[in-house]
Amino acid sequence: MDVSRRGFLKISGATLAAGGIGINLKPVEAYAQPLKIMHAKETTTICPYCSVGCSIIVSTRNGKVVNTEGDPDSPINRGALCTKGGSIYQMAVNENRLQKPLYRAPYATEWKEVDWEWALEKIAENVKKSRDKSFKTTNDKGEVVNRTEGIASVGSAAMDNEECYVYQKFLRGLGLVYIEHQARI
Amino acid sequence: MTNHWIDFANSDVILIMGCNPAANHPISFKWIQKAMDKGAKLICVDPRFTQSAERAHVYAPLRSGTDIAFLGGMIKYILDNNLMQEDYVKNYTNASFLVNPAFKLPADNNGVFSGLVDGKYDKATWSYQKGADEVILKDPTLSNPNCVFQLLKKHYSRYNLDVVSKITGTSKEGLLEVYKAFASTGKSDKAGNILYAMGWTQHTTGVQNIRTMCIIQLLLGNMGIAGGGVQALRGESNVQGSTDYGLLFHILPGYLKTPAASLSTLQAYNEKNTPTTKEPNSLNWWKNTPKYMASYIRSVYGANVTLDDGYNYMPKLDDGANYSWLAIFDNMYKNKFTGFFAWGMNPACSGAHSNKVRQALGKLDWLVNVNLFDNETGSFWRGPGMDPKKIKTEVFMLPCASSVEKEGSISNSGRWMQWRYKAVDPPGEAIPDAEIITELFYKVKELYVKEGGTFPEPLTKLTWNYGPKGADGKIRTFDPHAAAKEINGFFLEDRKIENPAKKGDFKEFKKGDPVPAFAWLQDDGSTSSGCWIYCNSYADKGNLAARRNNKDNSNIGLYSEWSWCWPVNRRIIYNGASVDIDAKPYDIKRAVIWWNGEKWVGDVPDGVGDPGSGRPPFIMKPDGVASIFGPGLADGPFPEHYEPLECPVEKNFMSPQKNNPVIKRYDKKGVGSDLDKYSGVESCDPRFPFVCSTYRVSEHWQTGVLTRWCPWLAEMQPDMFVEMSKELADERGFKNGERVVVKSARGEVEAVAIVTPRFKPFKIGDTVIHEVGIPWHFGWITTEDREYKEGDKRAEVYTRGDAANLLTPTIGDPNTHIPESKAFMVNVTKKGVK
Repeated sequence: MDVSRRGFLKISGATLAAGGIGINLKPVEAYAQPLKIMHAKETTTICPYCSVGCSIIVSTRNGKVVNTEGDPDSPINRGALCTKGGSIYQMAVNENRLQKPLYRAPYATEWKEVDWEWALEKIAENVKKSRDKSFKTTNDKGEVVNRTEGIASVGSAAMDNEECYVYQKFLRGLGLVYIEHQARI
Repeated sequence: MTNHWIDFANSDVILIMGCNPAANHPISFKWIQKAMDKGAKLICVDPRFTQSAERAHVYAPLRSGTDIAFLGGMIKYILDNNLMQEDYVKNYTNASFLVNPAFKLPADNNGVFSGLVDGKYDKATWSYQKGADEVILKDPTLSNPNCVFQLLKKHYSRYNLDVVSKITGTSKEGLLEVYKAFASTGKSDKAGNILYAMGWTQHTTGVQNIRTMCIIQLLLGNMGIAGGGVQALRGESNVQGSTDYGLLFHILPGYLKTPAASLSTLQAYNEKNTPTTKEPNSLNWWKNTPKYMASYIRSVYGANVTLDDGYNYMPKLDDGANYSWLAIFDNMYKNKFTGFFAWGMNPACSGAHSNKVRQALGKLDWLVNVNLFDNETGSFWRGPGMDPKKIKTEVFMLPCASSVEKEGSISNSGRWMQWRYKAVDPPGEAIPDAEIITELFYKVKELYVKEGGTFPEPLTKLTWNYGPKGADGKIRTFDPHAAAKEINGFFLEDRKIENPAKKGDFKEFKKGDPVPAFAWLQDDGSTSSGCWIYCNSYADKGNLAARRNNKDNSNIGLYSEWSWCWPVNRRIIYNGASVDIDAKPYDIKRAVIWWNGEKWVGDVPDGVGDPGSGRPPFIMKPDGVASIFGPGLADGPFPEHYEPLECPVEKNFMSPQKNNPVIKRYDKKGVGSDLDKYSGVESCDPRFPFVCSTYRVSEHWQTGVLTRWCPWLAEMQPDMFVEMSKELADERGFKNGERVVVKSARGEVEAVAIVTPRFKPFKIGDTVIHEVGIPWHFGWITTEDREYKEGDKRAEVYTRGDAANLLTPTIGDPNTHIPESKAFMVNVTKKGVK
C-alpha cells in the first residue's frame, strides 16, 4: 500500500480510535518517511510571525531541528505556509542567534560576554535603584499613586500568553505605569 | 476580530481596506479564495494596486488618509437608496435614541462637533434625552429630527460623490462600484465582511476610520453573523494575547481599566468603572466588573493580602494623563527615565520618528534588551551617527528562546488560543522569556528583603506559584501550565454557588478547584482569575487550548474543538444579533445559533435571552445596543473627515477644520521636543511634495528583527525600496532600480527606486498628487558596510538600508495615540543630490 506518512498516521489513528484504544498522537514518532525526518520526533507549534495562527510540524532528531513544515491537521492552514512560515527552520537553526548575555558598559565601544548571574544581579540592582529613586507614593494633588516613574517597558507581542501575564504582573508589582507594546504602533 | 479566519469563507462580499492580506497574511487568502469560489465578490481599496487588489473583482485607489470620506460616502449611498437592514438597525442599534437638542454637527459648527474648548471636547451635548425614569427616549419610527438615525443622515448628506471624489482622488464611478457591491449585503441573507489592519489604525483619525465601517456593518446588519463582522488583521502572532493580558498602560488583563489616582479605594474604582443602565431589558455585562477586578487582584497577590491592600499596591495613573508609546519616548528624550526594558521589541526601528527614539535611548542609565538576534535597539550606541564614547547608557542584551524552544499558548486574530510545544532546547545559554522574568523577579525581591527600600510590599508580596518550589521557596523552572491555570482562576475557599445561568441550581466547589467559566467568578475574594476573558480555557476539562480535533460539526466552519477561543469558546462574538427579535436566524443557511425549542444551539450564544425576553444582544454596551452614535470617543460621536496632519492639500474640502481638532501636536511649545518637526501642516510645503505610506512585504516581518537574519528571506527581499508611479519617475527622472534618498522633515533613508504601475497619481481638486510607499523592515545592523568588531554576528545575507520610521512623525490618534505612519509627506531625490 502506497500511503504517505501522514496518511498512514491518520489511518492508524482512526483504526485505533474505532477499536476503542486511546492513542496520543503528540508528540509522535514517525517511521514511514525515509527522507530527512526519518526517526525524527514531531512536535507542533504555531507560527511566530503574523496572526493567522498557522500550525507547523517541527521535526527534531538528537535535539536538533531537522525540518519544519505546515501541519495538515490544522483547520486554519491545512498544511500550507507562506514564505515566512516556511522558513521557521532558519530561526531555530541559525548560528547568528544570541547565545550569551552581552554587556556594554557606559561609554564602552564594544560588547562583552557576561554570565547570566552577573547580568541579572546587576540589572536587579539597577531596577531597585531606579525604582527607589523614582517611586511616588502620592501625586501633586496628594492622591495615592504608588508608582515607579523612572522605568518604562515596551514588549512583547512575541511572547506567549503565560509570559505576557507574568511580565505585566512583575512590571505592575514594580509599580510601572509606562507599560506599552506592539499593539500601540 | 469579531469572527475568525475560516469564517471568511462564509462571506458574500469581502472588502479589503487598510490591509493587504495576500502579502501580509497570505494563508488567510485560502479562506477569501474559498468564498470567491462560491461566488463571493472581493473588493480592494488601497492607495496602491496591492497583491490583494490583483485578486479582487473591484479595485478602487484612494489617497492615504481619506478613508472616512470614502466610507462616509458609502453611508450616504446606503441611506439614499434604502439599502439598510431596517429591522436590525431599529432593534439592535441606538438609531432610535433621541440626542440632546443642543448637540451640533460639524456642518452647523465650523467643521467641529459642539463642545470644543481649547483642543478638547466637553461632551455635555453628546448625550441622550431621558424620561423621568432615566430611560433613554426613543423614536422607533426613526423620524424625529434629533434621533441618531436622522442625525446620521444629516451628517453624511454632505458626503456626496463630488466632494468625496475630490478628497479621495477616487473616480465617482469607482466609488459607486464599491458602494453598490458592498451595500448589496444589507439583505438579511447576505453577509459582508471587512478586513483591515494598520492601514486604518496608523492615522490621526484611526479609531474613526474603523468606526465608519462599524456603522456601515450595523446599517447592513452584518455584525454577529457568519461571514460578517469587523476583522482586525493583527500583525504579530500574539498581539491579540499581549493586548488581552494588558501590556498597555491603560488596561489590566481582560480590558479592566488601570486604576486612576482619583480612585483611592477598590470601592471607588468599582463605582466609577462599573456601568449602570436604566434600560429595562439590557443585561449590561460589565456590571460584573467588581468580580473580575477582585479575581485579578487575588491572582496577583493571593488570599494573604486583602483586596483593599492589593488594590492599594497597584500603580495608579494620573487622571487623563497619557503614558503611551509616544509619551514614553518623548519623556525618555527629556531625561525622565533612568531605566528601560525593550523586551522582544526593536523600537529603534519600529518607533515613529526613530531618530528621536535612538537619541532617547542614549539618555538612559540602563537598557535591558531581550531578543533572539542582535538588533538596532540593543546596539543603538554604535549605530549610524552615534559616538559610543559619548553615550552613558549601560546596556544588557539577553538571549531568549524562540517559539519552538519553549511551551505555551498564543492567541491569533480570531481569538483562538492555540498551545505550542517545545521541540528543542534554546541555543547556547538562551532561556525562555518567562525564566528571565522569574529570575529578575527573585533577584529584585531578594534585594528588597535584604536591604529594604521604598514600599517593597507591592513587589515582595506578589505570588509566584509557577511550578514546584525548592527549599529556598523559589520555583526551579517556569511551568506554563501553572501560569495558564492561574490565568483561568481557582476557588480560594469552599463555596456553594447558584448557577448564574439557572436559578435554583447550586453547585459546590472546593478550595483549589478551577473556576469553570467567568460567570462563576465572585467579587468577595473567594475566586482568582488572572484574566477573566480566559476563564474556562484551563478548567475541569484541562487545557482546552491544546485541543486538536479538526472535525467541524457546525456547517459554518467553527471548528469548536480545535484549540479554545475567548470568550467561553465563542467563535463569533455578538452572535445574538444573528437572530431577529423572534429568535429566528436572519440567514437560515448560515445560522450561527438557533433555538431548538428548549435551548440555544450552534455556537456558544452571545447576549441572547430566551425567545421573547426582549434582551438586546450587544451586552457589552450598557444600553444593550450597538453604537451608531458613539459619544465615548475623544473626537466625535460620528466620524468626520479630517486631513492627515502632514498633508498635500491646502484645505479640507469637507469643512473649514483641516485636521482632527483634538490631536496633540508635539511641535507646540512645552509639549514635545526640539526634534519634533512636521511639514506641510499650515500650508503645503514644497520641500516635501509627496504623500508617503509605510507597508510590509511577505518575506519580512515587522522591523525585520528576525527575518533579516534568515538568509532565505533576506535573499528574497534584501533592499530598502521606495515604490513610485511611472508618472512620478518620469517627472523626476528616476530609473527603476536607481538608488535614491527619501526625506521627510525628520530624517532620510536610502532606498532603491521601484517604478511600477501599481501607484498612479491622484487628482485632488485641481492638483495632481503623487504618493509613494516604503517597506519598514530594514535596519542598519544587518548591513555590510557598518563597522564590525570581533565577535559581532554577521548576517549570512546582508540587507541594505535603514528604518522607514526614521521618516515618520510623532503624532497620534487622540483616542489610541497610535502614530500616523500611513500618511506623511516626503521628498525623493537622486542619491548625492541635495
